[in-house]
Order: sequence, then C-alpha cells, then structure tokens
Amino acid sequence: MKKKIYLDYAATTPIDPRVLKIMSPYFSEKFGNTMSLHSLGQEAKQALEKSRETIANLIAAKSDEIIFTSSATESNNLALKGIAFANQDKKNHIIISSIEHPCIMESAKWLETKGFEITRLPVDKYGLVDPENVEKAIKPETILVSVIHASNEIGTIQPIEKIGKICKKKKVYFHTDAAQSFGKIPLDVNKMKIDLLTTSSHKMYGPKGAACLFVRKEVKIEPILHGGSHEKGLRSSTINIPAIIGFAEACKISQKEMKTENERLTKLRDKLIKKILKTIPNSYLNGHSKKRLSNNANFWFEFVEGESIVIQLDLLGIAASTGSACSSAKLEPSHVLLAIGLKPQQAHGSLRLSLGRWTKEKEIDHLLEVLPKVIKKLREISPFKKN
Amino acid sequence: MKQIGLYTKKVIEHFQKPHNMGKIKNPDAVGQAGNIICGDTMQLYIKVKKNKQGREIIKDASFETLGCVAAIATSSVITDLIKGKALEKALEFDKAEIVKELDGLPPVKVHCSVLAVDALYEAIYDYFKKKKKKIPEKLSKIHQRIKKEKKEIKKRYKEWEKNEEEMYKKIINEKTKK
Repeated sequence: MKKKIYLDYAATTPIDPRVLKIMSPYFSEKFGNTMSLHSLGQEAKQALEKSRETIANLIAAKSDEIIFTSSATESNNLALKGIAFANQDKKNHIIISSIEHPCIMESAKWLETKGFEITRLPVDKYGLVDPENVEKAIKPETILVSVIHASNEIGTIQPIEKIGKICKKKKVYFHTDAAQSFGKIPLDVNKMKIDLLTTSSHKMYGPKGAACLFVRKEVKIEPILHGGSHEKGLRSSTINIPAIIGFAEACKISQKEMKTENERLTKLRDKLIKKILKTIPNSYLNGHSKKRLSNNANFWFEFVEGESIVIQLDLLGIAASTGSACSSAKLEPSHVLLAIGLKPQQAHGSLRLSLGRWTKEKEIDHLLEVLPKVIKKLREISPFKKN
Repeated sequence: MKQIGLYTKKVIEHFQKPHNMGKIKNPDAVGQAGNIICGDTMQLYIKVKKNKQGREIIKDASFETLGCVAAIATSSVITDLIKGKALEKALEFDKAEIVKELDGLPPVKVHCSVLAVDALYEAIYDYFKKKKKKIPEKLSKIHQRIKKEKKEIKKRYKEWEKNEEEMYKKIINEKTKK
C-alpha cells in the first residue's frame, strides 16, 4: 500500500474540501476587517455574525455567548485565567481533573504561583472523574470547576451533565474543554449546565487558527488580550475571518453527519480494539471500552517503547501517536496515562490510533496486518523478550 | 546528509536493521544501563580475547535495548564501533563518536547516546570484576555514578507511584472530613 494512512485525527484533521471551498473568497475578495465602517468591512462583519450563530446553534447557546479565539489553548487559557482574575476578590479556589490537556494543567499551575489554590481531581482506571469527588472538593472559596469533556489521549467521555448539575447546585462556574468532542458528541450547554465551553476548528475538519469559547451571559470573566475591544472586549485581535468562516462550515457538516459518522467510526474502532487485543500478546486497552470517543483507540504494549512504534509505523506509511516519555519535549510520560494508574514503564509502550472522516475499513485492515509485526520486531530487540 | 522525518537516514538504517542484535553465547561480560531521563534500558554483551601482544581486545559485542529509535540506533552503532577495540581504548570512548557516526541526533535525543556509553562502561567494569582485575579509578567512579542514577530512577518511579497514591488519599481524607 503506497498511500499514507492517517490515524492521528486527534492531533489534527485535514480540512474538508467543502470547507476550503467556502473559505477561499474570504482571503482575497471578501478580505475586509470586521471593525471597518465601509462595506467591505461590514460584509466581513456580517459573515462573522452568521458564523457565530451557526456555532452557537450546535451547542444550544445564544450567538452573543460565543467568543472567537485562535485555538483551544487560547480558549482554555481565557477560561481559567479570565475567570480566576475576574472573581479573585472573594474566592481563590479552582478544581480541575488530573487528565486535562496541558494548556489547562499549565494554566492552573501558573495560577497557583499567583496565589490561587488548585485541586486536581483523581480519575479511575478508565480515566473517569467521579462526580461525587467534584461535589466533595467544592468549598466556599471555589470559583470554577474545569473538566475535559472527552480525553484527547484516551478518549474517555466524562459524565459532564452530572458534574454540571453539581456545579449549578453549588453555584460554581463549570467549564469543559470540548476540543475533542465538539462535532462528535451532541452538546447542549443548557441541559448539561455548562457555563464555559472550549471548542476547536482543526479537530473537526476546519482550518487551524480558529476556535471559540462559549461564555454564558451572566458569567464574570476578564480578557487576557487587551486592545481594540473585539469580541465584546473579551478578546481583542483582528478577526481571522477565513478561518472562522471555515470553522462554521465545518460545524454545519459535522452537525449533519454526526450520527452516521459516529456509527461508522464506532464499528471501525471496536473492530480495531478487538483485533489488536487478540492478535498482539501482552497488549492492553487504555480508557473505557464504551464511554469513549468513537474515533479513539489507545493501547499499551509490554516490552516496547512507543516512539519506536510510531516511527516504525511512519516508515510503513501509517501516522499514529504515543504518550511515551521518549516522544515528549519534557521527556516525561503522559500525565493522563499515569493518572489512570499506568506505571511509567507501561506508559512507555503506549500507542494512540485516532480515526476520522476519511478512514476506510481497508486501512484499518492494513494496520491490523502490520502492527503485530512491528511490535514483534521491536520486542525482539528488547532485553525483556520472552524466549 | 539525508533526513527521514525526525532522524537521519543512518539512524533509520540502524533502527530498521540493527547490527549485532541479541545475546552472545557465553559472553565474558554484560553491561546494563537504564536511561535516567526517559526510562529506556539496554544490555550490552561483550566477548574479550587477548591479541598476539597480549592486549585484551573486544572480540565481539551485541546488545538488547528497550527504547526509542535513537536508543536502538545508538546501541547498534556502539557495538560496531567497539569491536576490535582494546579494552583500555574502549574506556576512552566518547558519546560524540556515536552521534557523529549517525550523522547527528535531534538535540532532545542526544542523551540517548549516553545510555549506550554507560552500558559499555558497565560491561568493561563487569569484565574487570569477573577477572578480579584492578579497576581503574575513572571506571570505578563512572560505575558509582551509574549505580546512583539507577537508584534515582527507581526512586523517581516510586515517587510517581506515591504521588498518585497521595492524591487519592487526599481526596478520601477530604471525603471523610465532611
């Protein structure tokens, strides 16, 4: 097989050609600045507001509750820091889970140095947060609870509605990072009692450089970017119109295709998981077998190292990802895998395969043929091989 | 110099077809090293023979490594480079030789070459010890450092596990307090 097989959709997705087509006039014809008074500017402004409405619709929010940003990282920074500083006169406590994306983990760590108190909730072996733990951790000083909707690494989907209801009852803001789940799982910010929600365009076949933060109207929040008062003063920066237009189109497509796509991917994912566990000795699934994103499969293999697996797969034309220390810039194993109870040497042998819109069954079949050989070969190099 | 993704062509060649892989039958000495930074491990096996001048030469070498591409490639290269070397020459081995032989490593991966060199030192140490020879001071110091680092890895792993446990305990304590 010559064509590359992309199984790293959780890292980023290729843009849908339908999205690219819609974006193209906004680079050179409809290029106006939304803050300009002339018709070119106003045309851009109108397109922006229409996009806002589309995205709001996808999560049952009002359109003026959508703040456009450049990335999920920026949205998450705005959520944590913006809420922390806007409410610090009375309270100083923030609760997060121990399996958040690094942008939440690091923002929280930074807030700790500024005098805020952070509680990091443990998760069970599947990566699930116990809503009861959320309730117990909330104190009179608590400002915000932030729990990732679906894990970018192990795909585990949290009981977000239960956590939302607890936060509502306790009168604490609730933020969820839905960068991985948005467009894949139906979201309703009212039903789920969500006050802030992060999304990202490039994880759902839109362009990079667009994302948003839903901020419920009554939420007290401060900007982290100051300037020309774009986005209700919450996020100054010239609006990236082409990217936002693309983001909105990607939302429309996802909304329309969500159900059938989920069914298709779930079937492929389950086949992948079942076969790998069966054909590769000493292989284990990370995360929950059912409560997981339809496109995510994550394993660990004994006696091999993940970066070696990823590079070997790459040489065979397959793109995947790992939580091994060897692959990270910090040379530390994935905090998510450690939080679900994996020992560092187990996280060392982890592999994430994430599927998407263009994943075909024959690609999965090809991977299933190749991967056992890759693992076998690497184990032969290892001193722990079984003779 | 050709690059294939993250690594040079040379690295990839060694990774895909490692030289001198596996155990040697009846090795004269074994060196084991663990990478303090990322947790990779390596075993280096050597066979030593005296040449006509009576100098002890590394006649054969092989390895087993659990680790990343760089760890495997550096393991493979070092076994090539030390074959035929006199023991005292091998003691002067520098990790830069490995990096050079591989046409370079990504900066974040240079530490992997330390793993291979440490395994070599440990193998020579093991040989001297087995032969009840006087261990040169330099080698003895290196051995102590490697031993200390192995302890630190163990400690670090234990701490990782302890941190997890403590986090759970804290939550349970908070629960019982209420």
